[in-house]
Amino acid sequence: MYKIAAMGDKDSIYGFASIGLEIFPIDEPIKAIHKIRDMVEGGYAVIFITEQLATAIESELDRYRSLPQPAIIPIPGIHGNTGLGMRNVSKSVEQAVGSDILSDA
Amino acid sequence: MARLNVNPTRMELNNIKNKLNTARKGHKLLKDKRDELMRQFIELVRENKEVRRKVEEGIAAANEHMAVARSVMTDEALNVALMLPMQEMSLEITEKNIMSVLIPVFETKFKTADENDIYSYGYAFTSSDLDDAVKALSDNMTLMLRLAEIEKSCQLMAAEIEKTRRRVNALEHVLIPQYEETIKYIRMKLEENERATTIRLMKVKDMMLEEAHHYSERY
Repeated sequence: MYKIAAMGDKDSIYGFASIGLEIFPIDEPIKAIHKIRDMVEGGYAVIFITEQLATAIESELDRYRSLPQPAIIPIPGIHGNTGLGMRNVSKSVEQAVGSDILSDA
Repeated sequence: MARLNVNPTRMELNNIKNKLNTARKGHKLLKDKRDELMRQFIELVRENKEVRRKVEEGIAAANEHMAVARSVMTDEALNVALMLPMQEMSLEITEKNIMSVLIPVFETKFKTADENDIYSYGYAFTSSDLDDAVKALSDNMTLMLRLAEIEKSCQLMAAEIEKTRRRVNALEHVLIPQYEETIKYIRMKLEENERATTIRLMKVKDMMLEEAHHYSERY
């Protein structure tokens, strides 16, 4: 049995509480890094994280890319879309193919 | 190209020939694996982009409702409304094997029997925009989990493809040429030895005939 969590600034993730996700209102990158490390031990399979916060701790998130769990998924917060999520997809393509052959641009 | 540092003997030649065969077979298999992984990966990435676009739109819509709700309700009222969630979501994970990459497959579990049991508040003191926001998020959730599944799969497959590609390249450009070079070297050495032996024998034969018949004195 695995848990699902949402992490980021309070305003962006508050709504997720009502549909049954665990929410962690965190603003500071350092705290987020520590929390994620705890969560990896704690049986979280999916962590939705606001793009704003994710941008700040990108290198930390890269460590979890090749692990089977957790899936850390950046989502846009209330401050809008930074494009990090799509960039992450392109990153996978680049890693696999060598260059981003599927970019729309 | 560097050749291996081995003794030029027939035994080594046989050993290296066997190794070369194995390397060629491995190379072919790995190449097939890489191609198939790549095909599946491209498909998955296309879906990934599509789903991500939808999810991001959905969240943006939900956030709009949330913003309106926040503006018409006091912070306390909003906090109270969302403080104690009724619903709890959890996941069962099974694994699917694609070309030896284990990708996760999620199955969602809800705490309450009715998965639409998402409103953790009475309707008396909250704005209907909050309902809309929660509903929008809830509708979006299936897609978000699908996104999590696909995105993780893509990341795992990308890592595996990178590894496989490296292996294929190492075999193709390092190991196999090295073996070929070594085989050539041993063959040439052996042939050289053979010629040397023949010449030596001819020379010895000449000397022995000379001793028996004293040709050089006769003419």
